[in-house]
Amino acid sequence: MADPLLDVEDLWVRFPSRHGTFDAVRGVSFTLGRERLGIVGESGSGKSMTGRAILRLIRPPGQVEAKHVLLDGENLLEKSERDMRAVRGQRISMVMQDPKFSLNPVMTIGAQIIEAYRLHSKASKSAAYTKAIEMLEAVSIRDPERVMRAYPHEMSGGMGQRIMIAMMLIPNPEILIADEPTSALDVSVQRQVLDIMDKLVKERGMGLIFISHDLNLVADFCDRVLIMYSGRIVEVCDADKLQEAKHPYTRGLLNSLPHLDAPRERLDVLKREDEWALAPSVSGRI
Amino acid sequence: MSGATPMLEVENLDVWFGLGRDRVDAVKSASFSVEQGESFGLVGESGSGKSTILRAITGLAPDWSGSLKVAGEPIPRKRPKSFFKKVQMVFQDPYASLHPRQSVDRVLGETLRLHGFSNIDNRVKRLLDDVGLGQAFRFRYPHQLSGGQRQRVAIARALAPEPKLLLLDEPTSALDVSVQAEILNLLADLRAEHGLTYLMVSHDLSVVGHMCNRLAVMKDGEIVEILSVEDLRTRNARHEYSRHLLDASL
Repeated sequence: MADPLLDVEDLWVRFPSRHGTFDAVRGVSFTLGRERLGIVGESGSGKSMTGRAILRLIRPPGQVEAKHVLLDGENLLEKSERDMRAVRGQRISMVMQDPKFSLNPVMTIGAQIIEAYRLHSKASKSAAYTKAIEMLEAVSIRDPERVMRAYPHEMSGGMGQRIMIAMMLIPNPEILIADEPTSALDVSVQRQVLDIMDKLVKERGMGLIFISHDLNLVADFCDRVLIMYSGRIVEVCDADKLQEAKHPYTRGLLNSLPHLDAPRERLDVLKREDEWALAPSVSGRI
Repeated sequence: MSGATPMLEVENLDVWFGLGRDRVDAVKSASFSVEQGESFGLVGESGSGKSTILRAITGLAPDWSGSLKVAGEPIPRKRPKSFFKKVQMVFQDPYASLHPRQSVDRVLGETLRLHGFSNIDNRVKRLLDDVGLGQAFRFRYPHQLSGGQRQRVAIARALAPEPKLLLLDEPTSALDVSVQAEILNLLADLRAEHGLTYLMVSHDLSVVGHMCNRLAVMKDGEIVEILSVEDLRTRNARHEYSRHLLDASL
């Protein structure tokens, strides 16, 4: 592949604790091109921490270390806090799990989208307003004028998440990090939101990091998948070949899911082995 | 179906919240029955009223009309203690349903005491063994337990009064898939051992397909269709909405 958008090498996230240092992410390396990259794992596997570490959103006492986190050749770890602010939102955006906690409850949606947009560009208020309406239409929100005047509590979960996506995509970032963007949504709404995200990512040629615990969803939606276990990448595979994954952990996760077409008396229970956590991280670089 | 009395009969159940202009009809004339020893699923989107049915049965949603019968006996407005010996509920979020400052021993012991059991010490031990936790967990607090272990404690608490009917409100949706498998296996074992009847709410059709014999599909407070698991597996849904739901989740 040509130059990757993002190149992460040997990323560590550490939290000092009373019982010594806790390593949440341990030596993770991967690259992201103009593709949809899935990161899956259970809670505590370090997948969200990886996403946050890229944007340097880990607060002290947590520490982020890496050989490099290159965005178009610039090392994000060497940037000042001030320069980082120009990266966040502008060049790398993030959509979090629950729109209820990401939107400001006492501001109208219009005011929030316009504020977010004008922070990064010198557009006039009226230009920002038109842009916001356009963006809301792009995420299939009917009646965007009304939505602009509404407050977050008047929106359903699916609408809230689409609004978040609209807000994040307005500055036309190069990379979108979506951290469990659909787990708070119903299955039928989930599909809609994913389709919209997919369309926008394709049209704009963005790179997408899709963090999820849902194996089937990731297999369906992404191009490439990193499987994380206790802070390390244990397996990298093409999404359409996830069913043929080899690592016992991935196999265990796949087998523990009930399937409608293959009814079983009992589900397989994952037997964890210490060596999975000890084995070095597999590189997700291309 | 045999001639035995169904474990649960729900007929023309309406549940609403609010008054006058603000009234929301959460469940509209729902009818179904669950046989003894059966496992029955309720599926639908959020807001379709599936959890509200469970809450109406246990008395957590006070405004309801229609007829509810457990083992042939109508449920009175004011539920007597004997009702909760027959019917117990397990909630979705194990992080929210356990008291953060009460140890496992106290949670289970208090439940047993309230239901007038003697020999509490032995019963707590047995409950912990039943849900596969063991004695080491007896004096722990919820924050010292993982999500799956907490859900096991919540299940033990529900089993304490030796109920016949267990209402399960999304018992695994807050858990990882590997832990979900453990809890689903545990629930299946408990049903076989204690001859329990389950009424289970879930948005995950493959979980319902794994656990249940029959299921009702709900939309906007109404039951649009009752399917058997075979229907579900062969995608044999008649109603348009159930087919849509099947397509979306598979």
